[in-house]
Amino acid sequence: MKEKKRESFRHFMNRESTAGFVFSLPFSIGFLMFMVVPMGLSLYYSFCDYNILAPPVFVGMKNYIKMFTDDPVFLKTIGVTFYFAFVSVPMRLVFALIVALILFKTTKATAFYRAAYYLPSIIGGSVAVAILWKRIFATDGVVNQLLRIIGIKTSFPWLGNVNTAIWTLIILAVWQFGSSMLIFLSSLKQIPVTLYEAARVDGANRFSQFFKITLPLLTPTIFFNLVMQTINGFLAFTQCFIITQGKPLNSTLFYTVYMYKQSFEFYNTGYGAALAWIMLGIIGLITLILFATKKFWVYTEGV
Amino acid sequence: MKTRKRIGGIIYHVIVCGLGLIMIYPLVWMIMSSFKESNTIFTSAGQLIPKKFVFANYATGWRGFAKTGFIVFFKNSMFIAIVATFGTVFSSAFVAYGLARCKFFGRKFLFVAMLLSMMLPAQVLMIPQFLWYQKLGWVGSYRPLIVPYYFAIQGFFIYLMINFIDGIPRELDEAAKIDGCSYYSIFARIVLPLITPALITASIFSFMWRWDDFLSALLYINESAKYPVSLALKLFCDPGSSSDYGAMFAMATLSIMPAVIIFISLQKYLVEGISTSGLKG
Repeated sequence: MKEKKRESFRHFMNRESTAGFVFSLPFSIGFLMFMVVPMGLSLYYSFCDYNILAPPVFVGMKNYIKMFTDDPVFLKTIGVTFYFAFVSVPMRLVFALIVALILFKTTKATAFYRAAYYLPSIIGGSVAVAILWKRIFATDGVVNQLLRIIGIKTSFPWLGNVNTAIWTLIILAVWQFGSSMLIFLSSLKQIPVTLYEAARVDGANRFSQFFKITLPLLTPTIFFNLVMQTINGFLAFTQCFIITQGKPLNSTLFYTVYMYKQSFEFYNTGYGAALAWIMLGIIGLITLILFATKKFWVYTEGV
Repeated sequence: MKTRKRIGGIIYHVIVCGLGLIMIYPLVWMIMSSFKESNTIFTSAGQLIPKKFVFANYATGWRGFAKTGFIVFFKNSMFIAIVATFGTVFSSAFVAYGLARCKFFGRKFLFVAMLLSMMLPAQVLMIPQFLWYQKLGWVGSYRPLIVPYYFAIQGFFIYLMINFIDGIPRELDEAAKIDGCSYYSIFARIVLPLITPALITASIFSFMWRWDDFLSALLYINESAKYPVSLALKLFCDPGSSSDYGAMFAMATLSIMPAVIIFISLQKYLVEGISTSGLKG
């Protein structure tokens, strides 16, 4: 009897539906425990006055209303973050594409070049590079010293000036174009050579080959990169947190850093939770808008 | 014609080389500075090569701060990165097999959930998760940095492995089933060995991400003996704690070494991971 029960249990466990359930169980639990529950919890807190120490007090839409009517810093950070994302991401993609086109031609040294261009994006997100960047653009840093060598005596405060501080962060982001470059390289390799041969027979020069063949066939890759990196651009945290901390005059204050400060430095955790939800909304909206433009410029037909 | 081509080639290499040097100049500068005498780093910031190579910065940096040597931070980072990576890679493979090969109730829903988890960025979850972990009493321990990864919460890796498993012929599964293999032993004995390249790729990326992770350490670890390298470096460079830039650059250089070593020795997997699935380095 016992034997039979064990046998039928084993049989039950080995049914396709049971196995599928068992295999996906870690994710089901993880998704619930580490995403759904926290998001739900924070949705509730976003309608509360809450400072971690005292129990939450329900205040309705107050946090959301405050954001748009009584918090100039919030609007400022949105501006800064949009500026950062919409300048750095296209610049990075253009760089990545240009370098990919240059490195597409294989020579003996190509593997070495590829590595040199790619290395910064491997370590670019680290704290080490962030503190390095801070020293590079300091008043007595590398940039000013190199300028002095070519004859420009200056101690310009790149990080202290409202107009240039954000650009140090943009340059840091553009510097990490390596992984986009690799993606472009691998899609360049997939373009059939016969297309170029046919174009050459028809008398197309290099420029029209690029604009009529290469670029259209790359648009799906460009689109994918644009969406993913714009989202990531909105979420940059470490660089701003370590290099500028939002200074000067909040001209480099990224949304995520503001969210962090509200929650963990000013202890307006309820407000921070509301900021997180607004950010999710913004990201969703931008993704939707990008997808809506897809049909106008992304080439989708098979080759 | 031949000479023209050669001149063109030389110009090409000069441009590409020059750009490449600009790209890696900041890193070379940091490494070189770590060998300069600490008080000369900024007076000689324009020169790349140190007048005299000294190793004193490494000795001072290694002593660490707050009575904690840097070796402790390295051990902490290693521990977190390795344990979390093992969890995320294994659990992702487990889940990916179920989603790729079994039909069951709720499968479609879980697919959507997986895509959502790929879209939902860590920064949006920062405050929600903090509040939740606080309720669970996890703040101050390594649990928030490790436990979630054992539940396959990185949709990217599941996605990567599903793609890989889809490339394994189903006939293999069928043959094993006829021989009396259960789903579980098919996973352990057939699928897992066959997706080794995907496991390696995922391990590399996971390890580097965990190693670099600064935000969650900042949120959850509040005891200096438990700091990972990323957080320790940040405190090292905070005004007031020390202005020994030599030691700071020395430790910063050491902190990027694991990534650089991985980059040099496992470049093939990195490049594959990025170009086939768009994982970001």
